[in-house]
Amino acid sequence: MTDLTVNNQTLSSSVQTQEQRQQKVRRLLLAPSLITILIIGVLPLSVVLVYSFLEPGAFGGVKWNFSTNAYVQLFFEADIFDGSLSFTTAYLEIFWRSISLAVMATLGCVLVGFPTAYFIATQPPERRNIFLFLITIPFWTNLLIRTYAMLLILRDEGVINIGLQNIGIIDQAIPLLYTEFAVSLGLIYSFLPFMVLPIYSSMEKFDFRLLEAGFDLYANRLKVLWRIIIPIAKPGIAAGCILVFIPSLGAYITPEVLGGGKSMMIGNLIYSQFGAARNWPFGAAIALILMAVVLISLMVYMRRTGDKGGLSHG
Amino acid sequence: MEQAIKIDTDNQQENSAAIKIEKKITAAIDIKNTTKVYGENTASAMVALDEVSLTINDNEFFTLLGPSGCGKTTLLRLIAGFEQPTKGEIMLFGSHLEGLPPHKRSVNTVFQQYSLFPHMTVAQNIAFGLEMLGKSKGEVNRSVSEVLALVQMEHLAQRKTDQLSGGQQQRVALARALAPHPKVLLLDEPLSALDFKLRKEMQIELKRLQNETGITFIFVTHDQEEALTMSDRIAVLQDGHIMQVGTPHEIYNHPTRRFVADFIGDINILEGELIDKDKTHGKVKLACGIEVEASLPAQSENLNKKVSVAVRPEQLSIGQVNEAGHLTGVISNLIYFGSGSHIDVTFDNGERVTVRQQSNNNGKQDFLINDAVSICFSADSFQILTD
Ligand SMILES: Nc1ncnc2c1ncn2[C@@H]1O[C@H](COP(=O)(O)OP(=O)(O)OP(=O)(O)O)[C@@H](O)[C@H]1O
Ligand SMILES: [Mg+2]
Repeated sequence: MTDLTVNNQTLSSSVQTQEQRQQKVRRLLLAPSLITILIIGVLPLSVVLVYSFLEPGAFGGVKWNFSTNAYVQLFFEADIFDGSLSFTTAYLEIFWRSISLAVMATLGCVLVGFPTAYFIATQPPERRNIFLFLITIPFWTNLLIRTYAMLLILRDEGVINIGLQNIGIIDQAIPLLYTEFAVSLGLIYSFLPFMVLPIYSSMEKFDFRLLEAGFDLYANRLKVLWRIIIPIAKPGIAAGCILVFIPSLGAYITPEVLGGGKSMMIGNLIYSQFGAARNWPFGAAIALILMAVVLISLMVYMRRTGDKGGLSHG
Repeated sequence: MEQAIKIDTDNQQENSAAIKIEKKITAAIDIKNTTKVYGENTASAMVALDEVSLTINDNEFFTLLGPSGCGKTTLLRLIAGFEQPTKGEIMLFGSHLEGLPPHKRSVNTVFQQYSLFPHMTVAQNIAFGLEMLGKSKGEVNRSVSEVLALVQMEHLAQRKTDQLSGGQQQRVALARALAPHPKVLLLDEPLSALDFKLRKEMQIELKRLQNETGITFIFVTHDQEEALTMSDRIAVLQDGHIMQVGTPHEIYNHPTRRFVADFIGDINILEGELIDKDKTHGKVKLACGIEVEASLPAQSENLNKKVSVAVRPEQLSIGQVNEAGHLTGVISNLIYFGSGSHIDVTFDNGERVTVRQQSNNNGKQDFLINDAVSICFSADSFQILTD
């Protein structure tokens, strides 16, 4: 009897040491990727965080004095003469514009991307790959080049204006370029594949016979769309929205090329702070706030859909 | 209304107009000369239904029976509105269905693969049709729990449908289709995915549901036994044609087409010559020797002289040799299966019949291979077939 318990003990302790050893091995094997993440992820972010609480150097760079000026600057303007602060919406406007343009771009991508993905999903399997391939073609060209191509299309002497003039619908060129419209269009164009692909992947296995079941149960086309197709495509739509919204919010090239000075977005603001304005701490602060906005909106989204099992479904 | 119908049927002879009205009221589905061609005007045009006429009565358990590809699903899809007839018309309780989209037809389908909505719970699935009909929330909830009770699924109301067994999914599909209380319920091989035992259970269940709800069921199967046990009437289809419509008894005992006879159960088909006939019966001289009385099929006007007659193995029995007027032959094969045996008897002319002989009480085997025997049969056992 006693022998047995002793045996059991030694057995369990040897099991424990083996487990510990395994854990050690596991950590060791994970180390390279953990270190990589540390270097490319956490380290630069910490630099940004630290910089945002310093004072700007006269010719760029930072002075190592602690200061919350960068954050105050976002909301308040210092008077040049007496340094007194007054509330300013200049930067908030840029934030607001960025968010609304990103929302527009996301909506536009859903409106164009959903039917596209749906169409591809209805095609016979061998043809689907061709369509998916076509969707990815824009990725082959540099974003800057593609954006300049948009510029050529939208400008006063561009295809659209000349075309409409030739048909006789308009007499004078409509100013399309350097508007918020141009920026949204550019964003939609740039990020559309990020919407189409996840929606397609959620529709890929869709059983189209469910539509007949819907019609059979007295639903008309619109009801079938709202109650059957969209709920099933929802995880894809959600993923697509995240994938479009986030890069749109921080877009730099598109507003730079298509927006002119009037449609500046956060990305351009950050760039100018590190460039011409030589206010690195301010640039760092904006970048961090942008991150916070994204993080908070993602968390709100997760909380809301988490209850209903939105993302996890399918 | 009920009263009026009764009176009308009583006065059938005098009042033919009233009969028409009565017929209109009691026909749940009336299919007239309906043809369906898939891919019309293309090289691969496919005639799935050819000039089909069929009347299905109210409150009937009607079965479409036929081999794969004979057009059963096509017929259901025409009734549900998923396909349009190439020619002909379909009426639902006397009103034309032409041009009416599926969601405006008071007809529900239980799909072969169930097609339950994967993003909804059992209760939400069942509520769907009711909600689309614009029923109030209270009404929807009441109907849902009623129907859930009917199919004994109350305890699983909040489950997602992909967490159900095949039999449970089957019940949900049934409940979903029954909930809006359609005028006609279409069931496309709903039991074919279930295992044998569950299938037997669901057969009884379906029959019960039809009785309790009083809804007309149109049930598709290619299993003849299922059709015989469940149906009030059966239509046997082949290659887009209706071969015979009748009660299970009629279909089994008096098949009028060679195809129907072959398709349903075991049957012996013998060749012979029609030598005489009256309204319902004909006298046939069989190639194997004797003359028998046989029932005539409905359309017997243009029967050839050469005919085939069918007889079920269980309507034959083995007797002593040389009983007068009986078929005589030699036992060529014998299969014993407990309650009886299948005995193959070969005649002089090479034709062969199978006899299903009940076992004797004494348990002794009465016959041996190569015994010369004669075959007894009762009146009305033979049926003349058309092709
Ligand atoms: N959409 C379609 N296009 C072309 N031909 C079709 C189509 N649907 C069915 N058919 C053809 O029509 C014929 C009847 O098909 P249907 O589906 O009605 O058969 P079924 O009796 O239901 O067979 P099963 O028992 O195999 O389900 C078949 O030959 C089939 O190939
Ligand atoms: Mg079928």
